Amino acid sequence: MTNALAVTGLHKSFGRTHALDGLDLTVATGEVHGFLGPNGAGKSTAIRVLLGLLRADSGTVRLLGGDPWADAVALHRRLAYVPGDVTLWRNLSGGEVIDLYGRLRGTGPDPARRAELIERFELDPTKKGRTYSKGNRQKVALVAAFASDAELLVLDEPTSGLDPLMEEVFRDCVREARDRGRTVLLSSHILGEVETLCDRVSIVRKGRTVESGSLAELRHLTRTSVSAELAGTPGGLDRLPGVHGLRAEGPKVRLQVDTDKLEPVLAALLAAGVRSLTSTPPTLEELFLRHYADTEVAS
Amino acid sequence: MTALAGTGTLTRLALRRDRLAIPLWALVTGGLVASGPGSLGGLYDTAAARAELAASMTANSSMRSLYGPVFSDSLGGLVAWRFGTFGAVLAAVASLIVVVRHTREEEETGRQEMLSAGAVGRRAPLTAALLAALAVNAAAALLVLAGLAGQGLAGALALALAIGGTGMVFATVTALAAQLTESARLVRGIAAGVLGLAFVLRAAGDSGDASGDSVLTWLSPVGWAENVRAFAGERWWVLLLIAAAVLAQTLLAYALTARRDVGASFLATRPGPAAGRLTGAGALAWRLQRGSLLGWGLGFLLGGLVFGGMVEGAADLVGDNAKAREIFERMGGQEALTDAFLATMVSLFGMLAALYAVGAVLRAHAEETSGRAEPLLAASLGRLRWAAGHLVPAFAGSAAILALSGLGLALSYGHDAGAVLGASLAQLPAVWTLASVAVLLWGAVPRAAGAAWGAAGLCLALGWIGPALDLPRAVLDLSPYAHLPRLPGGDVARTPLLLLTALAAALTAAGLTALRRRDAQL
Repeated sequence: MTNALAVTGLHKSFGRTHALDGLDLTVATGEVHGFLGPNGAGKSTAIRVLLGLLRADSGTVRLLGGDPWADAVALHRRLAYVPGDVTLWRNLSGGEVIDLYGRLRGTGPDPARRAELIERFELDPTKKGRTYSKGNRQKVALVAAFASDAELLVLDEPTSGLDPLMEEVFRDCVREARDRGRTVLLSSHILGEVETLCDRVSIVRKGRTVESGSLAELRHLTRTSVSAELAGTPGGLDRLPGVHGLRAEGPKVRLQVDTDKLEPVLAALLAAGVRSLTSTPPTLEELFLRHYADTEVAS
Repeated sequence: MTALAGTGTLTRLALRRDRLAIPLWALVTGGLVASGPGSLGGLYDTAAARAELAASMTANSSMRSLYGPVFSDSLGGLVAWRFGTFGAVLAAVASLIVVVRHTREEEETGRQEMLSAGAVGRRAPLTAALLAALAVNAAAALLVLAGLAGQGLAGALALALAIGGTGMVFATVTALAAQLTESARLVRGIAAGVLGLAFVLRAAGDSGDASGDSVLTWLSPVGWAENVRAFAGERWWVLLLIAAAVLAQTLLAYALTARRDVGASFLATRPGPAAGRLTGAGALAWRLQRGSLLGWGLGFLLGGLVFGGMVEGAADLVGDNAKAREIFERMGGQEALTDAFLATMVSLFGMLAALYAVGAVLRAHAEETSGRAEPLLAASLGRLRWAAGHLVPAFAGSAAILALSGLGLALSYGHDAGAVLGASLAQLPAVWTLASVAVLLWGAVPRAAGAAWGAAGLCLALGWIGPALDLPRAVLDLSPYAHLPRLPGGDVARTPLLLLTALAAALTAAGLTALRRRDAQL
């Protein structure tokens, strides 16, 4: 499988601020890739470098097999971009803007697809730019992007203004894009969205990639929550490696365990006789929080 | 060429966005010049009358500083003299506005980011903006050509190209300025500063030298337009100079734009303080307005110093033939000429100050429509107090810049400091009247607030070229400047000053009342 996107050791500074400090990012063709990080981590800067809007200070960037700075025009015909903050021209209608973005990608949008998406996103394309709300401005950009049938969709927090119903429409559109073999880079703060949509995620912090892999792989590195009701008292649970936050109240036990150390813990619980057991894999949110908390301590 | 990919689409976007503004600018610029033969021809219908006008105007240095020397007393020559500089400056202003709107403003708002994510070459946005400016200038030039062709095709063509060419020189100056800084407002300021400097250089050059070939005039692109000498033995090679400047500036802007990040600039933005000391709406408004006020103040002071230095030479006899001497004596001799020169300069500053004042008032309108005022008005801040924060810099600031221009004039002239300063401040009631028109429009018809620029522009046009057209008194009197006493040298008529001040106060009060009653424009 080829990579739609391969970034290694990307650096970008603005004056004394190091926005990107050795970022790595690999996105395989045909996958939906989550791009996570706290505010100011460098996600948008990285995306702008990928789009050839900013010039990298150092590092290698390959986008759809080309150089995003040198081959910007040719590459942009094959991708669609939705920024987190969509600004429109006050006196242009939404429909005009959709067609403009389509033409700027080379070919205009397919009329049937455009009409279908406008319908699904419940967008009124005749309204002028100044009268759209934030969510509706975002819909204009989303319709333009999904109508384009581009090979790569670069979405920078695309749902920050959408209502839950529209968010669902957005998720369907992303799934359809993947089913047609498109690649999606999705930067987001909405972890539930990333969790349901993305095949793999990369987490950036302070301009560096701190974690990258499939959700299953990432979960493997983190803790599973276990709560059990036991027949007897298990001995030495707190001495097992990888066990954290052990709380025992009579027959009830709650603990968290590093996911790769789960087996000995289960064995110990079984030995004590299990009446009920729930084991919850970490949510992305826990993963995210824990990761940052850890790095915070480390730095 | 991939660097230009998408230029066609972006140009269509620019023309679509400006489908009203572009024809309007072309019509005003070209139409005004094209109307010249009709208006001037009626006034000076004999060769003798035209020769008389040409001789007296060339003899008068304050007239030369405004319009340049008269190079030919044919009707075409008089039109080129009276309207050429004005048309060139109008074309420059139109080009400046159009280019900023489609370059730095697009980047500042973030719209360029999504455009540039399309198949858009790195030179395409700048090229589209320059093509939009070219549309304005070409349309204006065609109007000039059509209106003046009857006076001689060569002269009409030369004047049309000189005016359109000056527009393109400033379009490319603006394109360069747009590479330098991240703020569209600052780009406009820089480009307008260059235009102001070019005008002052030409005015200074022509004021001291009736041949039009002073070094100062040749340093100024506005002076080049004049030195194309339309209808007076055209110097076609000057058009090559203009074309070379346009080409060089375009290439430099291209080189800069290809080397920088989208949204970034060559002058870095410095970090601001971590803690805020702004104490309220007034402090915020002052913070937003002080940069512009500082720029205008500096420009007025420098302008005053330059023109003040020209006063002594203004009354020098031009030429030593009997005819010139006769005209000189008829105009009142040395003292009257000195006063006339000072009065002309003072009224020029007065008219320009209205542009500052209108801009400062409309800054509040921009704050409102951009949504930045929304959280302020949602806080414990009344509309009037919020508005006052912007109106104080507008009204007091225009007094300050006029005082600075008077100070500059007085310092380098070296006589009658009190009279010169007083004459400068006597322009204030007219400036305030135009500012109060802006307040009224903003308060009562916010969607038409931009028409305040039209009002200020109309008064500038009436004051600059109106008298020569012999327009009916009723039309000239529309401008508040027509009611000001001509100072220094004239009688200090207090009544019109007081009446204008009262009118300004009434219009401002009406505007603020309307502002309090209407919906906020969010």
